[in-house]
Amino acid sequence: MHETGWVAGYTWPVSYYYGNTLLGVNMQKNIKKYWPVFTLPVMAAFAIGFVIPFAMGIYLSFTKFTTVKDAQWVGLSNYAKLLADQTYLHSFFLTVAFAAVTIILINVIAFAIAMALTKELKGTNIFRTVFFMPNLIGGIVLGYIWQLIFSGILVHFNTALNLDARLGFWGLVILVCWQQIGYMMIIYISGLQAIPTDVMEAAEIDGASSWQKLFKVTIPMMMPSITICTFLTLTNGFKLFDQNLALTGGAPMKQTELMALNIYYTFYGRVGFEGVGQAKAVIFFIIVMAMAFLQQYFTKQKEVQQ
Amino acid sequence: MNKKFISLALAATMLAGCGGTAASTSTGGGDAAGKVYYLNFKPEADEYWQELAKEYTAETGVQVTVLTAASGEYEKTLKSEMAKKDAPTLFQVNGPVGLASWKDYCADLSGSDIEGQLTNKAYELMDGDKVAGIAYVTEAYGLITNNKLLKEAGYDASEITSFAKLKEVAEDITKRKDELGFSAFTSAGMDGSSDWRFKTHLANLPLYYEYQADGVDNKDELTGAYLDNYKAVWDLYINNCTIDPSQLSTATGDQSEAEFIDGKAVFFQNGTWEYDKVKAIGDENLAYLPIYFGVDDENQGICMGTENFWCVNGKASEADQKATLDFMNWCVTSDKGVEYMTSGEKMGFNIPFKANPESKNTLFNLANANTATPVSWNFTTMPSEDWKNVLGQALTVYAADQTDANWATVEKAFVDNWAAEKALTAN
Repeated sequence: MHETGWVAGYTWPVSYYYGNTLLGVNMQKNIKKYWPVFTLPVMAAFAIGFVIPFAMGIYLSFTKFTTVKDAQWVGLSNYAKLLADQTYLHSFFLTVAFAAVTIILINVIAFAIAMALTKELKGTNIFRTVFFMPNLIGGIVLGYIWQLIFSGILVHFNTALNLDARLGFWGLVILVCWQQIGYMMIIYISGLQAIPTDVMEAAEIDGASSWQKLFKVTIPMMMPSITICTFLTLTNGFKLFDQNLALTGGAPMKQTELMALNIYYTFYGRVGFEGVGQAKAVIFFIIVMAMAFLQQYFTKQKEVQQ
Repeated sequence: MNKKFISLALAATMLAGCGGTAASTSTGGGDAAGKVYYLNFKPEADEYWQELAKEYTAETGVQVTVLTAASGEYEKTLKSEMAKKDAPTLFQVNGPVGLASWKDYCADLSGSDIEGQLTNKAYELMDGDKVAGIAYVTEAYGLITNNKLLKEAGYDASEITSFAKLKEVAEDITKRKDELGFSAFTSAGMDGSSDWRFKTHLANLPLYYEYQADGVDNKDELTGAYLDNYKAVWDLYINNCTIDPSQLSTATGDQSEAEFIDGKAVFFQNGTWEYDKVKAIGDENLAYLPIYFGVDDENQGICMGTENFWCVNGKASEADQKATLDFMNWCVTSDKGVEYMTSGEKMGFNIPFKANPESKNTLFNLANANTATPVSWNFTTMPSEDWKNVLGQALTVYAADQTDANWATVEKAFVDNWAAEKALTAN
């Protein structure tokens, strides 16, 4: 941890020192002089790609507009319309349920697979590759592929994914698990490999059972990986869009519509509702941000110093 | 020095990469002369519009750019294109509801040359006193019928003149399905590529009769007086088609079309735009029936109308607007323009302008030959996309499980949701 950080008593990050000698004074000067060359392109890209659209988005949520150029200020009326929209509330609870289910399933399964694939078994590299591969396919394509698979199966039961909201929900859960478990698995594998062997040996010598080793040693040591993975699965769960659009499109009757899709349909579904969609997006942003901060706060607390 | 140069070069390329795209589309045809930018709605006609644009530029030197939105993406594309500096000068709306969104952008077309070319004032889309849009193509939909198969089953298209008879024929074919080797109807697929045939086009009929009964052309609240007929037709479609009703939810438009062309079904609810595909079964085998609704079958004709109105961007420069109007007029008056728009080998449109020649589209000629009163297209007054989508999903659920409760959901989606959506979009 300490190799790259800024530490009290040192003027520069410790990596610039050899013992107590500061290295690369020239480099420091150069950085001072040329930092805009390095940061400006990124700053510009960040501003163009994020800050400006974000600010415009917030502004547009208080307006009525057809194109982003002809916005008319309407105050809070978009937010009032949003409150009257039952589908938005429904999509919120559905999204919370969906995120909760997928966070647990993806992380538990990914962790278990990572444990299995860090044992000395034959062919672990092949398995790692295979499990990771679904992650390389785009969400829309995945959605359509899984729709075909589910239809093929459900036909025998005289039903389909877009006829039953429960089937749609679990279909989406299966799809997302299939897609993301491999990715989280890779993060967990690297975490597991970073656990120092001496800690494990000490636990073994003390006579810890394998469950005790898992819960008292491995998991606490893995908290940084768990923080990252729960953060990713939480935000992915909330932001899910492509897969939802392709797999069920919200059918039947908007009952499988997650928040992102609800916003999208609001924006394009009715004449004059662009601003309402925008207002929903602003609320959505606040919710996702709050969730992510809470999650970071709670999991970070559990991280231990190695 | 070297490193500094490289990083500067990198920075410069990044910035250049960001700003470089905007200027690429427009070249030549100076501003003074005006230029045309047409955002086309019909992907199937894209190729011919591109050619026609080149022809026009070659003839007059005026630059014409044609961009076509992907199927179902027109509103989205229009929204983003309109926000650009070089916005479309010519675009289209689908009727009064689409116009509500774009009326601030529509120039008044009254007194323009192209308005003078219209054969009927009914093809003008009005915004108060302003002519906001002009229809450039009229279309007709009904039951495209394979009369050869019908004859094999012992009937003829000319015998079918009412819903009762249609039902009798369809149910008889279903009974003898295995023996005959075909079904009455193609699959009434409710996939996004096909559901508009029922949530929009078929739903036009209960709407039409309700408007007719009240003598109006739009309503804020519906009574749903003709929903029983809607149910009767829908029941007939889903229970006499090629596949089990529970599988309709994912069946596509292509599938339905293929079933008709392959002779697996007799009736195919679709429109004149399908002619290019269905002519495969042979013109002599084609018949075109109205979607008999059991209300006033004797006088009910094919559903004829338009949802394609040309609008000129009133926010474009005067010169561009003038160039656009000239281009539109040229398209519907010059030999070349009319040929491109109407020829069966090209766009194959039936255009509501004086220069429209006799159509080579057999479906359209069959529709014209039907002397009963054409059913007007009232679905352009449907309150929102949301309304259609909810209705479509309710129809899908009902098709899979045909209970009274599920039909009640369809009625609710039709009547209650109509009032709700009209109220929501009113201001």
